[in-house]
Amino acid sequence: MGTRTAIVGVGQTHHTSKRKDVNGQELISEAVKRALQDAALELKDIDAIVIGNMDHFEAINNVDCWSIDGSGAFMKPIMKVTTGGSTGGTLGSCAYYHVASGLFDVVMAIGWEKNSESDTQAAISTCADPIVERDFFGGAIGPNAAEYAMYMEQFGATQEDAALVAVRDHNNALRNPHAHLRKFITVEDVMKSPVLCWPIKLLDSCPRSDGACAVIYASETTAPKITPNPAWVHATAVSHDYVYFGDYDWEMMPTLRTTVDRVYGRAGITDPLKDVDVMELYLPFSTCGVVWMDHMHMCSLGDAPKLIRKGVFDMNGELPINPSGGVLSTNPIGATGLIRLGEAALQVMGRAGERQVGDVRTALATAFGSCYWFEATVLRSTKP
Amino acid sequence: MENETILEVREKDGLLILQGVIRVPYTWAAGAVASRFYAGLRDRRIYGIRCPTCRLVMVPPKKTCHRCFGDLNDWVEVGPEGTLQTFTVVHYSEPELHPLRAPFAYGIIKMDGADTGMTHLIGEADQRALKEGLRMTAVFRDKPEGNYLDIRYFKPVKGAK
Ligand SMILES: [Zn+2]
Repeated sequence: MGTRTAIVGVGQTHHTSKRKDVNGQELISEAVKRALQDAALELKDIDAIVIGNMDHFEAINNVDCWSIDGSGAFMKPIMKVTTGGSTGGTLGSCAYYHVASGLFDVVMAIGWEKNSESDTQAAISTCADPIVERDFFGGAIGPNAAEYAMYMEQFGATQEDAALVAVRDHNNALRNPHAHLRKFITVEDVMKSPVLCWPIKLLDSCPRSDGACAVIYASETTAPKITPNPAWVHATAVSHDYVYFGDYDWEMMPTLRTTVDRVYGRAGITDPLKDVDVMELYLPFSTCGVVWMDHMHMCSLGDAPKLIRKGVFDMNGELPINPSGGVLSTNPIGATGLIRLGEAALQVMGRAGERQVGDVRTALATAFGSCYWFEATVLRSTKP
Repeated sequence: MENETILEVREKDGLLILQGVIRVPYTWAAGAVASRFYAGLRDRRIYGIRCPTCRLVMVPPKKTCHRCFGDLNDWVEVGPEGTLQTFTVVHYSEPELHPLRAPFAYGIIKMDGADTGMTHLIGEADQRALKEGLRMTAVFRDKPEGNYLDIRYFKPVKGAK
């Protein structure tokens, strides 16, 4: 094990559909300044920076260099990492590796996106293999729609079950001043919204947002000097698998299972419903909030709808999921996974404002992208 | 199909080469600072922004000083003339990328009153007579639209050495 590491500061923009008043660098600097302010640090205190976004989204390939005016990396080490939708999770892991290695004391992770600047679906399709699946399976919605179609057939889950997840996340966003979509909705609203890719409808789906997030990691010696309540990293895990969607095991979801098994094992979590106080999950569609619960060991295969109907994952339930409103309310893609980490950290630090779920000792954050790639991190109020 | 990825399949000795083109449209927000700079170009004026801490005037202007990370809003007009800091003459043609046909010159011009250089094309010049330190002035297009190429190019000031 490396140097013990904690999250000590979180900053994010107010996310929205179109930030015409700022360019990408200026958007990034807003999140950076807020993170520095949150941790009461100055730029000179930051030893290294990792930054990331989606390839092809703003047509800027050297984002690490191009962003320096906004990131504050002038004369500092900075590197870009990008793993598709899971980029934000990877950014957090990468900042953690920097500090845990013992080579850097304070490291900032920055995720950002200006979804408004490109055709998101066209840009995402460049993730798919150019001569195999790109022509038809390359977008973001189709694969998850196909996943839920299979789940409904196998277990008798319904579109209304997914709609309950949409209602939960959207309505949680009403408590989050940074959320992009803040509108009260009902199951009926979801069911009546236009079908995008059957069975996924508009209100089951994440938006495209402009936004940025910065999260500051610090070492065991420095973290307690920055804040009395750091969010300590207890475990991180990553699982990537294939390039082709056709190769994936849709029934057993091995990447999600492997990822959560690793972090549960490392953090000593045997029953997530009891051992975790809050989760910030990268659920790009409400349907994922049904299917993935099985594979995260919340219940036996096929039983997720029962828990959802009982409200187990609601704000006042046994294990609140996405008090921030999640990805369904806010999705600046390169930042999305990092926002999960930042929100989970705020819960552990007791600084989540109106969306605080109470006394949080253990929080879990995930990220998801490309061909079912998953990342997960367990944060706690106590040192590992 | 209109958006077909694969445009053409070529085959030689049983090996296929698939040719494609990626089409992804973009719309970039200039932001408030660059918008004001470009609006200035539309009026045939070049503006920079001064960092009160570092005392540098940056052209083109930026919202945050890259040195001290401070917010900038002290606008100053620079030019209209400047000094050529360095240049090159391009002798090959890239019709997809280059705005001019080769041979053409481009370089870095530090506007009078600025501390950073502006990269731009060089026109109406004897390319063999270009040299560092040459006095230059901006040539605007007839109907400026509010973008970087509202300045068509910089040309040597008449009689300058
Ligand atoms: Zn400065």
